[in-house]
Amino acid sequence: MTETLSPPPPPPLSAASPERVTGDRAHHLEEALLPPLVALLIALIAGDALILIFGQSPGPVYRLLLEGTWGNWYGFGQVLYKATTLAFTGLAISLGLRAGLFNIGAEGQLAAGGFGAAITGLLLPASVPSMVVAVLAMAAAAGGGGVVGWVPGALKARFGAHEVITTIMLNFIVLALLNWIVAAHVHVPETLHTPEMHGGSLARLADISARFHGSAANLTILLALAAAVLTGWWLFRTRAGYDLRAAGLQPDAAEYGGIRVRSVWVRAMMMSGAIAGLGGVNYVLGYKHYYEEGFAGGSGFLGIAVALVGRNHPLGVVLAALFFATLSQGGLAIHALVPKQMVEVLQGIVILAVAAAVPEVRRLLQATRREDER
Amino acid sequence: MRVIDFLTQTIRIAIPYLFAAAGGVIAERSGVVSLALEGFMLSGAFTAALGAYFSGNVWTGVLCGIAGGLLFGLIHAVASIRYRADQIVVGIAINLLVVGLTRFFLRLAFESSSNSPRIAGLDTHGGLGHPLIWIGLLVIPVLTWVVYRTPFGLRVRAAGEHPEAAATLGVTVSRIRYVAVAVSGMLAGLGGTYLALDQHQFTDGMTAGRGFIALAAVIFGRWDPMRAGLACLLFAAAETLQIQLQGTQAIPSQFVQMIPYALTIVALAGVVGRSTAPAALGRAD
Repeated sequence: MTETLSPPPPPPLSAASPERVTGDRAHHLEEALLPPLVALLIALIAGDALILIFGQSPGPVYRLLLEGTWGNWYGFGQVLYKATTLAFTGLAISLGLRAGLFNIGAEGQLAAGGFGAAITGLLLPASVPSMVVAVLAMAAAAGGGGVVGWVPGALKARFGAHEVITTIMLNFIVLALLNWIVAAHVHVPETLHTPEMHGGSLARLADISARFHGSAANLTILLALAAAVLTGWWLFRTRAGYDLRAAGLQPDAAEYGGIRVRSVWVRAMMMSGAIAGLGGVNYVLGYKHYYEEGFAGGSGFLGIAVALVGRNHPLGVVLAALFFATLSQGGLAIHALVPKQMVEVLQGIVILAVAAAVPEVRRLLQATRREDER
Repeated sequence: MRVIDFLTQTIRIAIPYLFAAAGGVIAERSGVVSLALEGFMLSGAFTAALGAYFSGNVWTGVLCGIAGGLLFGLIHAVASIRYRADQIVVGIAINLLVVGLTRFFLRLAFESSSNSPRIAGLDTHGGLGHPLIWIGLLVIPVLTWVVYRTPFGLRVRAAGEHPEAAATLGVTVSRIRYVAVAVSGMLAGLGGTYLALDQHQFTDGMTAGRGFIALAAVIFGRWDPMRAGLACLLFAAAETLQIQLQGTQAIPSQFVQMIPYALTIVALAGVVGRSTAPAALGRAD
């Protein structure tokens, strides 16, 4: 084996571990479990510190957090609702990362998707069957997000403009544009939202089982699961998915192998935007039935955390979405004892920890392993 | 007199941008991506308000604001240089973290979820009569001199353009980047400090995207301090125009808000002169 003097540089974000040919199941498992475990551990330590600073004891706070989320049907429903949006944005960002692109524009794409869905529902006459409205509105959500994602993809392919900067800037542009359209043209007086759609709403889980009463969880959750399964299938089982991953791992080699990397970039950003846009369905079709300024509420940015902790794998992303949704819903549950802003701190710390500590822990593990082999 | 009013207001609006953009230029010229300017500013604004409130003294507030920016600059540096974490992720994490921390400690220190009590502030009555404003105007010329005319500036540029060559010549690239990111935190912290002291209080999320406008100025100014400074003034002038046109409904405010971001995309796309980043920007080594 080749011994290097210094540890190898950490793989770039996009080169998520399952790609690396190891053939070693234990190693595979470690790669999959390390980020969430490190994240959880550091979140617990930081959480303890914050709770103690606020003069409470950690035990009761954590108990409250669990009871308020997974401990009752309403809390569980809210976790599912929040996880649904996060699953979409997390999937969107991880798809981009697989192609070697960092899509920070999920926030704007999500908003554009929700707007597209709400406007479709408004424009269609009330005579159109609700089912048809729902399908068209979903298509509009994917389309709205897709267009917003396409712009940075095309700018990168055509001009080499870095997608991180363009997506950040586009977030501001898209949100300002949507705010203007709503404020100037379609808002209900005295509010920041559009009128309610004529049809196309999706059933809530509470309509199916009364136990979920009051929670916003709705059938979009099935759409999210389908999106996760489809994304996984597309990435790992189709030619186009292979091209995308190859372009992400080694753009030059992929180009040499006959893959047109630039068109992969454009396609990847468009698909990433479309998936993020579909996330808008959860709020618009599933919950409020209108578009409201600021409904995205940071889910686009939290999606970055979801993609990171979920190791860019659809299954991992779904689990990570549940984790971060539990944190945000848990914040409301503990508010009586500790300010709910504690969970925002924890979310930031988790991202930092996964970005900084995971490569470090992995290096340490590798070093010990090399010691063992001697 | 309208011209004078316009210029005065433009400068007052530009000051936080100038501080933060100066920080962005130095960090990015050393090769470290600067997405956390927003977080540095917000932390600086909060610690400045804390310092000014508990001491009753403006300059204590200024020092605390610098320290607040420095703290997160160092966190950024340790995570992205020592632990070689992805700089983009670190920047975004710091922004989220600072939003959460300022809200948490706002509750803890002032038992409020929206703002601090009134603090000692600049009291310039809409004019330019405060040293902090003069410092803000001087920061860009000084930075230009540092970047292009001092050994440290040469090392910063070398670290950002060709770290291997710099290392061969005996420059410790990581140390240069540590200093650059720490300074960037302090400068952006000063930008936040100005906001808090000017408004005589800290309010939740008061930076409101100004860190990203500063970043836009850095890119629009092609990573050159002087041009970045001019971009700050340009963006501030657009904002001033929008404020003065308010009520006339000439242009919707949302379109004025878009100007910095749209210009940055145009600059990156190379329509009017290509904007090229430092060669080693974002690379871990």
